[in-house]
Amino acid sequence: MSVRTPRAPGSVVGALLCLLVSSSASAQTPADQSVGAVRMEVERLRQEFEAIRQQYGARLSELETRLAALEGRAPQPAQAAPPPAAPAEAAVPPGAAGAGGPTGSLPLYGNVNLLSKIFNPDIAVIGDFEGASGNNAVNPQSPLSLEESELSLQAIVDPYARADIFFSFGPEGVEVEEGFVTFPTLPGGFLAKVGKMRASVGKVNAMHTHVLPWIDRPLVTENLVGADEGLSDAGISVSRLITNPWVFLEATGEVYRGQSEVFSSATRGDLTYVGRLRGYQDLSESSNVDIGVSVASGGSEFDPARKTTLFGVDATFRYRPLRRAIYRRFIARTEAIWSRRPVAPVGDTVRADSFGAYVSADYQVARRWFAGGRYDVSERALDASVRDRAGSVLLTFWPSEFSQIRGQFRRIRFGDAPAAHEFLFQFLFSIGAHGAHVF
Amino acid sequence: MKRFWIASSVPILLIAASHTALALTVVTTTEDLAALVREVGGDKVSVEAIARGYQDPHFVEAKPSFILKLHNADLLVVVGRDLEAAWLPPLITQSRNRRIQPGAEGYLDASLNAQILEIPTGQITRAMGDVHPLGNPHYWLDPANGRRVAQSLQQKLSQIDGASAGYYARRYADFDRRLSDAEKQWSALVTPYQGIKVVTYHRSWPNFAARFGLDVVGYVEPRPGIPPTPGHILTLQLEMKRLGVKIILVEPYFDTRTPKAVARAVDGIVVQLAPSVGGETEIRTYFDLFDYNLQRLIEAIKAASAKAPGSAIRLRQGSGEPAEALAEAGAPRAKAEDGGVTWTP
Repeated sequence: MSVRTPRAPGSVVGALLCLLVSSSASAQTPADQSVGAVRMEVERLRQEFEAIRQQYGARLSELETRLAALEGRAPQPAQAAPPPAAPAEAAVPPGAAGAGGPTGSLPLYGNVNLLSKIFNPDIAVIGDFEGASGNNAVNPQSPLSLEESELSLQAIVDPYARADIFFSFGPEGVEVEEGFVTFPTLPGGFLAKVGKMRASVGKVNAMHTHVLPWIDRPLVTENLVGADEGLSDAGISVSRLITNPWVFLEATGEVYRGQSEVFSSATRGDLTYVGRLRGYQDLSESSNVDIGVSVASGGSEFDPARKTTLFGVDATFRYRPLRRAIYRRFIARTEAIWSRRPVAPVGDTVRADSFGAYVSADYQVARRWFAGGRYDVSERALDASVRDRAGSVLLTFWPSEFSQIRGQFRRIRFGDAPAAHEFLFQFLFSIGAHGAHVF
Repeated sequence: MKRFWIASSVPILLIAASHTALALTVVTTTEDLAALVREVGGDKVSVEAIARGYQDPHFVEAKPSFILKLHNADLLVVVGRDLEAAWLPPLITQSRNRRIQPGAEGYLDASLNAQILEIPTGQITRAMGDVHPLGNPHYWLDPANGRRVAQSLQQKLSQIDGASAGYYARRYADFDRRLSDAEKQWSALVTPYQGIKVVTYHRSWPNFAARFGLDVVGYVEPRPGIPPTPGHILTLQLEMKRLGVKIILVEPYFDTRTPKAVARAVDGIVVQLAPSVGGETEIRTYFDLFDYNLQRLIEAIKAASAKAPGSAIRLRQGSGEPAEALAEAGAPRAKAEDGGVTWTP
């Protein structure tokens, strides 16, 4: 395209006109608005009346059909009749009611006005019972314990927000695992979350215990990213899609108070900052790759003047044939974390540069059976010279979508202690309406 | 250089403006809804479905590529009745698209005007399996519900794109007329086989069965969403033998090994029907869906009655040749392989 200098002023006018035309739709005079409002109101009433008319028509024809059936005549197929607008209550066919469950009205528990319960949030409890056997001198797990009961309360707040709160009841007590409000209708394509959240550092950190593909968390999480609790803190998260013709790209920026298992702030201004860039691409309708880069930086407990920094990369490959989606899937994932953490000065060493990673794969053998394995390697956060390694094999059984039984054999070779050989097992069960998890 | 950008941005802005005026971007959760949107929206809409027709719509993965589709949508049409509860809500939240949030103008639950069967009336628990508390969500398998959904679509599209309301009304009227004609043919096809007893894998077919006169007497799944157990299969076989049931209907996303074993035991036939548009490559429209399924079903009934003459598959007197009736009416005939009523994965 050539640069046409003489015509440029015209182009400017054209551009302005364009903007004016596009904005005129929203810039109406008050008179226009009131006429429009009346018109809309009339239209709404008309539609309501029409709906009611059709509804009654449908009910009437339904009654007629039943009457005809009672009189022994074959019911006429109501083909020519105008489609009823809202025959919401259909007759339940015999034998189908409640899939064989008891019939009758719902029981009322104390509250006479049952409708007031409609706005209650979705409530679910996920129980996580774990057991361990074998030897582990460094970090021995209880032989039998109800490791966690997660109570979730989730609902839409108003047209602009939804809220999710997760309480975690464990042997040590109760804590708010996550509790945040999400604003999905912000202008500019932004999505904001405000509250206490698991930070977007890598994949595993954002996962709740019950969605992990293993019983434990990988060594890299244990050593470098705050163990079970992970990087979870009060803060604000803002993310946006970077739209482009090629791949899915999502950028996330988060700021946290700065008090978590990894970071600690001496002053109010000493906040933790997290950034993540995630790319995703479908390779085919059955397979896809998901790649992320994250960085987190925040205050250090040893030296307020210096920062602790985590840098992570993660990659996931998934295969799940659509026709056999409930029988077959394969997921391979890996995650690596580099940690730079100020330490109490030992000689001339004032910082530990540690690395940790895992590689894991899961394969669905049958509709209810999964097999998997994981290899871990991780240095210690405060002493990079100590390196732990571990290998695990897993077998998982799903009685239904709502429960899971899993066994894991794990061997850890500690850098500074005798090796641990353990068999872990887990029973997970979910009751209530637990919201879907993000991919 | 600045002038160059301004000069070149004007046509781009104009193109962008005219592009949005040309076509509404509609995303539907299933291909059935997409087919209905195509019927009503014609070339004024561009429509994409999230789940494929050969995929179990209960278990769709919430892939980020779907977030991109939803990000640009003017209208999202969902099946509703909790069918998509396991995967759609996080996609909508992450879409960063306020037009399609639940309750917004660009969100349409297609089930609101449809006739829903199997709405539980008593207390339900998950001991009954994965029951849908809001009723059976496979309601699009009754053409009368297809018409109701199309009408909702016509109203919604006219609401969002008022300038083309007349166009949508004409398209709907035309669809309504063609559907009525097709319904007459379909009714004629199945008239000889009213009340035929069948077993289905999942509870996907109550609307289809009610509309076309099938009597569903059992399920391969002991409870919705629970895989078949040996005890249940044994009971099912005895029941099928007692009632003389020879037909087992299976959705394309279920393993056919167990249904085939049952079929062998009762000397019956496994028929793979398509619960959705796109379930087989030749099913491209809402009309194809019923053409294909009824053709397959009737072939199977004939094959089963040929296999076991004098069995409980009693045909009504004076039945015409339904397949011929279909061909006469000019409807596309479903591809029939050689004895192709069973399906091998």
